[in-house]
Amino acid sequence: MNKLRVAILGSGNIGTDLLIKIQRSEFLECVLFIGRNLSSPGMAKAIAMGVKVSDESIHAIEKDPDAVDLVFDATSAKDAAHHWKILDKLNKIVVDMTPAKLGGLCIPAVNLHEAVKQRNVNMITCGGQASIPMAYVIGKTQKNVNYIEVVSSIASRSAGPATRLNLDEYVDTTEMGLSFFSSVKHTKAILNLNPADPCIDMQTTIFAKVDEPDMEALIKEVDVMIESIRAYVPGYSLLVSPIYENGRIVIMVKAQGLGDYLPKYAGNLDIINCAAIAVAEQYSKVQNHLN
Amino acid sequence: MIRQILISDPTLRDGSHAVAHQLSASQIALYAAAADKAGIPIVEVGHGNGLGASSMQVGLSLEDDVTMLETARKHLTKSKLGIHVIPGFATIKRDLIRALDIGVDVVRVASHCTEADITQRHLGFVRERGKEAYGVLMMSHMASAQTLLEEAQKMELYGAEGIIIMDSAGAYLPADVEEKISTLVYGLKVPVGFHAHNNLGMAIANSITALQAGAKILDGTARGFGAGAGNAQLEVLVAVLERMGYVTGIDFYKMLDASDLAEKEIMPSIPVIKSESIVSGLAGVFSGFAKHVARISKEYQVDQRDVYRELGKRKVVGGQEDIIIEVVMDLVRNRK
Repeated sequence: MNKLRVAILGSGNIGTDLLIKIQRSEFLECVLFIGRNLSSPGMAKAIAMGVKVSDESIHAIEKDPDAVDLVFDATSAKDAAHHWKILDKLNKIVVDMTPAKLGGLCIPAVNLHEAVKQRNVNMITCGGQASIPMAYVIGKTQKNVNYIEVVSSIASRSAGPATRLNLDEYVDTTEMGLSFFSSVKHTKAILNLNPADPCIDMQTTIFAKVDEPDMEALIKEVDVMIESIRAYVPGYSLLVSPIYENGRIVIMVKAQGLGDYLPKYAGNLDIINCAAIAVAEQYSKVQNHLN
Repeated sequence: MIRQILISDPTLRDGSHAVAHQLSASQIALYAAAADKAGIPIVEVGHGNGLGASSMQVGLSLEDDVTMLETARKHLTKSKLGIHVIPGFATIKRDLIRALDIGVDVVRVASHCTEADITQRHLGFVRERGKEAYGVLMMSHMASAQTLLEEAQKMELYGAEGIIIMDSAGAYLPADVEEKISTLVYGLKVPVGFHAHNNLGMAIANSITALQAGAKILDGTARGFGAGAGNAQLEVLVAVLERMGYVTGIDFYKMLDASDLAEKEIMPSIPVIKSESIVSGLAGVFSGFAKHVARISKEYQVDQRDVYRELGKRKVVGGQEDIIIEVVMDLVRNRK
């Protein structure tokens, strides 16, 4: 079997955590870790691990395009748009960690096989990876869903400067993903940062307003979905099984991280990275005719 | 020396919590007109958690943001129209642009007290549009004076023209207010304000302590109409300020008339400090949780006081109303 050769563009928290996860993968090999500053903590980690690094941003790939099959873009929505113009021409596969929405949206537990038919896959948002699978199950099991709302609370220390500056994009992209996967037009996403010490685990609540709730079908399908997600996000769990309360369906889930580059409480970052790895591995499986 | 104090009145915003965000357009019209007549400088309007916050999480509003703001705008001539904006609930594109287009004059961009950097873009946007922008640090009892100052300085840097410290849980005693306000006044160039809740009966005393420590902006509502045990009662606040020789620019009698009208037309009941409100204040839980805690506790037959203590232990912040459900479910499980 040939491991898929991947590059990570962006040496921040997301990029560095991806790097560590890739080291465990049977399907992926990180051939290049790219940032803009060789002295950043992420770069130091990659160098210590013996991974080839570059501080030349997208030029590192332009210089030697044949060395790489797939690029994780863990920069920013603005930069990702610029990178895609170049990577598209070079015929590379891109797994986009930013909310740039250039390619198709992917929730591995819902549309993994469909998603890898295109060359640019967008991982939506961390809260989206946690909540959209549940919204999808609600859309699938309930008749006449009028409204879906999701609220995520994350530890303050797990939200870096980019997240904080881009809360509006987070809200927009999550709402778009919710509507896309649940087929419910009216959706709302809310994000809370909680500074409690010790840090809280990422927690997400999904509310839905439906005409006639079918709780039996919902509970059954939610359990199945939880297991599908746990196959690639081991720390994902059901906190409150679906209840019907005050005229609304309520489901609560929790995502604990694996504690790779980031602490365990940063389940919000872990879940989007685990999902991205699942997507990249799927490309690898397809290329090796394993799937 | 004239001692001028700026009064902001969130009766039609914080008061929304007390009626589960069911304020009607006609109620907003009535009170806005009366407050305008009384010369109240800023009248804040909207959902209890501000713009874009109508939700299952916090409560769905009877009227949408546009209706509330357009109604208030029509009835305010002298008074400025204010809004409360929490990034993570309200976005610039979906909510803020529209609100400014309707004619909002004053925008208070709020975050949990340690998360000021999420207000950067919203504050910047309001300033670019040439409107008044204030920074608000909510649940301020959860951070030290030094941390509050650092967060307030960030907001000042982002363009805030004043910083308001909220005692969102009604947890402060006067000595706490004195320490925090004086630290801020000393370390900031912009004026400092204080927003009191009354869980421990300290709303007026704390507001006055804030003034004596150098605050220049105070919040108060008609009859203290607000979440849980309510806010600083505006009528009492203005009376005490006048007695102390401060100037507010408010017509005292007309403001009393506005409060009487609010009591008659808006309030199903006047806020009182209920037993649960005291426990909530002691536990440092956001006052806006009161109605949710009461409803869910009753439904699952658990003691509200246990719920507050557990919420306090978990250090939940405003916006985390969903955790009430989880805590109640835990209590139910442990009872078995």
